[in-house]
Amino acid sequence: MHRTGALYGQFNTLEQQKDTASLGMWIFLVTEVMFFGGIMLAYTINRHTYFHAFAMGSNTLSLKLGGINTVVLLASSFTMAMAVWSSQVGKQKLIPMFLTLTIILGFVFFGIKYVEYAQKFHHHLVPGRNFDIAYCVNNPSKCEDIDAEDMDVERKEIAAAMAADPDLNAHAQLYYSAYFGMTGLHALHMIIGACLLFWLLRNSLAGAYTPVWNTPVDIVGLYWHFVDIVWIYLFPLLYLIDRHK
Amino acid sequence: MSEQEHSEHIVSPGTYLVIIFTLLFLTGLTVGAAYVNLGRFNIVVALAIATLKATLVVLFFMHAKYSPKRTKLVIIAGIFWLLILLFMTLSDYASRIDYRGVRFPMSQNTLASPLQRS
Amino acid sequence: MSTTSIATTGPALKLPEKHYLNSSWGIRSWLLTTDHKRIALLYLASVTFFFFIGGFFAMMIRLNLLTPSGYLLNADTYNRMFTMHGVTMVFFFLIPSIPAILGNFLIPLMVGAKDLAFPKINLLSWYIYIVGGCFTLYSMVSGGLDTGWTFYTPLSTVYSNSAVAPAVIGVFITGFSSILTGLNFLVTVHTMRAPGMTWFRLPLFVWAHYATSVVMILGTPVIAITLGLAAMERLFGLGFFNPAMGGDPILFQHLFWFYSHPAVYIMILPAMGVISELIPTFARKKLFGYHFVAAASLAIAVIGFVVWAHHMFLTGQSTYAALAFSFLTFLVAIPSAIKVFNWTATLFGGSISFDTPMLYAFGFLGLFLIGGLTGLFLGCLGIDMHVHDTYFVVAHFHYIMVGGAVMGYLGGLHFWWPKITGRMYPEWLARIAAFVLFVGFNLTFFPQFVLGYLGMPRRYHVYPPEFQVYNVMSTAGASILAVGYLLPMVYLTWAAFFGKVAGDNPWPATGLEWKTPSPPPTENFEVTPEVTWEPYDFHNRPDLGLDVAGQSQLAPAHGDD
Repeated sequence: MHRTGALYGQFNTLEQQKDTASLGMWIFLVTEVMFFGGIMLAYTINRHTYFHAFAMGSNTLSLKLGGINTVVLLASSFTMAMAVWSSQVGKQKLIPMFLTLTIILGFVFFGIKYVEYAQKFHHHLVPGRNFDIAYCVNNPSKCEDIDAEDMDVERKEIAAAMAADPDLNAHAQLYYSAYFGMTGLHALHMIIGACLLFWLLRNSLAGAYTPVWNTPVDIVGLYWHFVDIVWIYLFPLLYLIDRHK
Repeated sequence: MSEQEHSEHIVSPGTYLVIIFTLLFLTGLTVGAAYVNLGRFNIVVALAIATLKATLVVLFFMHAKYSPKRTKLVIIAGIFWLLILLFMTLSDYASRIDYRGVRFPMSQNTLASPLQRS
Repeated sequence: MSTTSIATTGPALKLPEKHYLNSSWGIRSWLLTTDHKRIALLYLASVTFFFFIGGFFAMMIRLNLLTPSGYLLNADTYNRMFTMHGVTMVFFFLIPSIPAILGNFLIPLMVGAKDLAFPKINLLSWYIYIVGGCFTLYSMVSGGLDTGWTFYTPLSTVYSNSAVAPAVIGVFITGFSSILTGLNFLVTVHTMRAPGMTWFRLPLFVWAHYATSVVMILGTPVIAITLGLAAMERLFGLGFFNPAMGGDPILFQHLFWFYSHPAVYIMILPAMGVISELIPTFARKKLFGYHFVAAASLAIAVIGFVVWAHHMFLTGQSTYAALAFSFLTFLVAIPSAIKVFNWTATLFGGSISFDTPMLYAFGFLGLFLIGGLTGLFLGCLGIDMHVHDTYFVVAHFHYIMVGGAVMGYLGGLHFWWPKITGRMYPEWLARIAAFVLFVGFNLTFFPQFVLGYLGMPRRYHVYPPEFQVYNVMSTAGASILAVGYLLPMVYLTWAAFFGKVAGDNPWPATGLEWKTPSPPPTENFEVTPEVTWEPYDFHNRPDLGLDVAGQSQLAPAHGDD
């Protein structure tokens, strides 16, 4: 089977094979753009219609955790690019090192995401499952991870938002639908990316990638960068709504 | 038929370092900008910064700057189609005469107009 | 004009010793194949299976509509019948048919490659199709779904008591089959063309599939996310499309039709590609305006993306947006018209023969014309106000889908059957079947234009008694149409094993695929071909053995049974 840059039967030259793989990945990324685009449209329309609910929802997210995740992903894009560079210049030993760093950063992201999701479940902020935007405010003892000062701020925000939008609870579910939908899809793509990275790591440890044939690293890199770009947009759209209050 | 493979232009680690630091700076900028009250322009600024970051990733990390024309065409087509989806649908919502008043007669409450927020 | 077949076959011809069908044996060699030709046949079997299923539901609809009072089915069951008919036919027959069968088989041959760019992904796309099909079949056996193939919310996501989730998941999964096929075609056409095969030497069948692939790539992901969100809403209570939570059903419709309108171009562009191959061959004449037809394919693909809201004129969307979409809908008809004019101009002065594929091409020309023009009627806001959701719409799209796409599909199957199987189908029986199909089709669907105009709404199991005559005509036509479908299924299968051996190029036609043996060897070409000729150029191809008048110099036996 194909391990070390052998030519597949349908191709005439290695150049053609590389060209084909690259074009294939770029076209696939275009399908991903349209895929996320659909949920971005749903987000846009609902944010405009239910601004107060969306602002309220956004303010319950931890800016610190989201910010760290953004930095983590950007760093992982850097390490991924460095892995590609290593394969281009023939620095065989560096390829698995950078791939491992990328994987570690990916898992840091997952870890933080897990903490965030767990918090949402705990605070009754999952659409369809006993959703209650005011759950923590009304039951401070159940939400010990929010300190008193933040709880006060949240209480005031909810009161203001309720005044502006009497149906806040129903509409806030739309925010969380967008939150879970978008970050969930993103996380799913990252899991696939992580699997691809493990596959690359295994092959790179066996010395499979050389300057003559580094296409798999290259195209997995394209995919990973794309997943990073999605987060670049998700972060301000989900975490930074109306923060200046 | 097959064109210059973009990996033949190798981007240096130095360039990558410049880009990553720029990206981190822009991240800080977007968080900072979120705390400034720009009204309806908050979202514009946020999206602009995000787009700038995305552009840097596409051009440098994804080597699009050094890729054949065909790749650039594919990228532009993807962005263009996304914009068709977003803007033509929004054009429906934006041009409805009653959009800013009563909506969704089936929902239980009428809503305050988003434009009336403080 | 000649009524004898131009095909040259005969007892002197023999099948090649080794070809893709006998190169390996056993079920594993088929289920694990990466040969695009075998994958095309895998698709042929599964697509035909789903065609039968969709046909069964159609039969139930038409039988029920024999009387005004719905003697056969109650409202709930009838809703499930038309829904399953639509879902099966659209997603499991029309979208894959020509691209996955004829496209898969022919595109590598037509561009001079040994296989598609990604043969394993090609096989994966078939398995994804099967998995999606299984989910949908599961939905059918657990009671079906009753939401219409359009899955409008909140009926589909909240209120329906039918098996919505498995069907939605099934269609979602099958979408990836479409995406992978499109990706494969696009990359193949870009990077796998043989030396000398420049863009403007490509057959228009390839251009048509290129345009189709562009639509598949850009549109299908949107239906994927839409159905994904709808499934989330049904299963987990997310609320984008549910008014009770403040969601918007019109948003669902925008997202749904953003794909589903370009989807109809996925269905028709490949058929147009087939017609562009048939007409020059059976008129023995270069296609008129090759560049315009190629450009028109791309134009249809692009403009087709900005007209979707013409399905939503009556939803309460903005009048201004409706105006814009109506105008754009008129625009999208222009490239289709250019193609029809160019095909017609090709016929002028040509040496026309009435072989079965050409009969289907003629059928396409007339029926697509009617379907297309009635589409323009529907694009008019004022007219649509009256005929939206009536049988006028049903007739319109069946004229295009059946009168257009299915005619193209059958014409293509017949034309390339000798290449695929090495044997010729029985010509006179095939002509009779084509005629039966044409009569049956028109009897089924023309009365539906009248019904729609008179006001009979679609998706109702009962109707006012004054409409009965037309409904009976329509059901009678459907029975005849069914015979027209069954005949090819029988004789094409028979011909695959027992038909007269056809030789490399029985018609003869000018494409690169006809320069390999019939059936082709697994690697398609023993030597990578080098292309030096222009497409459809009958005069500069001495290898075809045609004399000055375009008559074949080869063995004169024709393909009668």
